[in-house]
Amino acid sequence: MNNNKLKILTNGIIKENPILVLILGTCPFLAVTTQASNAIGMGAAVTFVLLCSNVMISLLRKVISDKVRIPCYIVVIASFVTLVQMIVKAFAQDLDKALGIYLPLIVVNCIILGRAEMFANKNNPLDSALDAIGMGVGYTLAMLAMASIREIFGAGTWFGLPIPVLAENNISIMTMAPGGFAIFGILIAIINKASNGKAIKKKDFSCEGCPSAAACNGQNCAEKREAAAK
Amino acid sequence: MSEVMKNYAAIVLAAILVNNYVLSQFLGICPFLGVSKKLDQAAGMSVAVIFVMLLATAVTYPIQFFVLNELDLAYLQTIVFILVIAALVQLVEIILKKYIPALHASLGVYLPLITTNCAVLGVCISNIDNYLLTKDFGPGFAQAMFNSLGSGLGFLLAMVLFSGVRSRVDKCKCPECFKGMPITLISAAIVSVSFMGFAGVVDKLLGG
Repeated sequence: MNNNKLKILTNGIIKENPILVLILGTCPFLAVTTQASNAIGMGAAVTFVLLCSNVMISLLRKVISDKVRIPCYIVVIASFVTLVQMIVKAFAQDLDKALGIYLPLIVVNCIILGRAEMFANKNNPLDSALDAIGMGVGYTLAMLAMASIREIFGAGTWFGLPIPVLAENNISIMTMAPGGFAIFGILIAIINKASNGKAIKKKDFSCEGCPSAAACNGQNCAEKREAAAK
Repeated sequence: MSEVMKNYAAIVLAAILVNNYVLSQFLGICPFLGVSKKLDQAAGMSVAVIFVMLLATAVTYPIQFFVLNELDLAYLQTIVFILVIAALVQLVEIILKKYIPALHASLGVYLPLITTNCAVLGVCISNIDNYLLTKDFGPGFAQAMFNSLGSGLGFLLAMVLFSGVRSRVDKCKCPECFKGMPITLISAAIVSVSFMGFAGVVDKLLGG
């Protein structure tokens, strides 16, 4: 029993890491990982929203009718995102400036809607909370790893502290947009290599990786329609 | 060219080339990586995004100006916007299906997919942040609409260019562990480098 709970918790951190294995929620992942401190802030915000919305949706899973579940989830998620926005604005103005538009955009982060659809509406609140914590920690760790690489090599600092040799010889392209894409690609390739291609089952975006999959039931996917036509 | 036209042209060009939504602001990465395999799908998706961006701005901007700001409810922005966009897209899809089936067949399949696209919500929120004037409705609204148009066109450009790059990359040999997602991301990085070359070009063209 306890073993089972532990499995739910660690699932999101390693086996189904939302970013590096499931490849969900890439937009903020690429955008705010220029500094390690921003990555922690964003990770904490996402974890909080994920935890609250997962528990709430799990509690409401028998009340929400199946047909209108997606709008209901969006309302729950948007409410918690608004809460986080207010908290960050009030207590961490620097973080608010650094995250900017990506803070309200947590609403459309695929991870949160994805976990609501895949996990929270089928499991009890405790399991959902554990799942959310695991996923949130996995997301934060992945962000921290990416941000550390980009900050150390791109700016020569880590959490704002200068690093001897690298501070004078920084590779500034790493903190810019192209560096984000390239390092993300290399990170996935390393994980692929390390696990002999087992970790990443879905190398491409498929219906499972699409945040709207739940809403469209696969009817709208152009590829599925093509396959059906054949 | 008059000053006003120059201003609008600068907004559109800057949104397409300099602040490209996908390649320099990282919004809408999911469809960018997911639907860019084939040119016709990429183009269809992008046209749908342009359409929804314009529509969403046309609706959310007045809501913010006349309702949320007027009643001091600006903190409800996120909830209101996402619900309005979701409802709007559903509505448009139903209308298209009923009255213009031809358009629905080519565009409709992409519409539900972009309800939760971060580029659409992103353009609405950044329009409010950048162009909302406290007194005048007209000028700010026009700027916001031009910005949406530019952002949508920028998305189209990035998608179409990238689908061309990708169809060649997919045929190339590369190390096993780089196949699929990693090599796609690395080619996106190179396309993104080419867009960095546009920095400053709009100021030069239109004389700041």
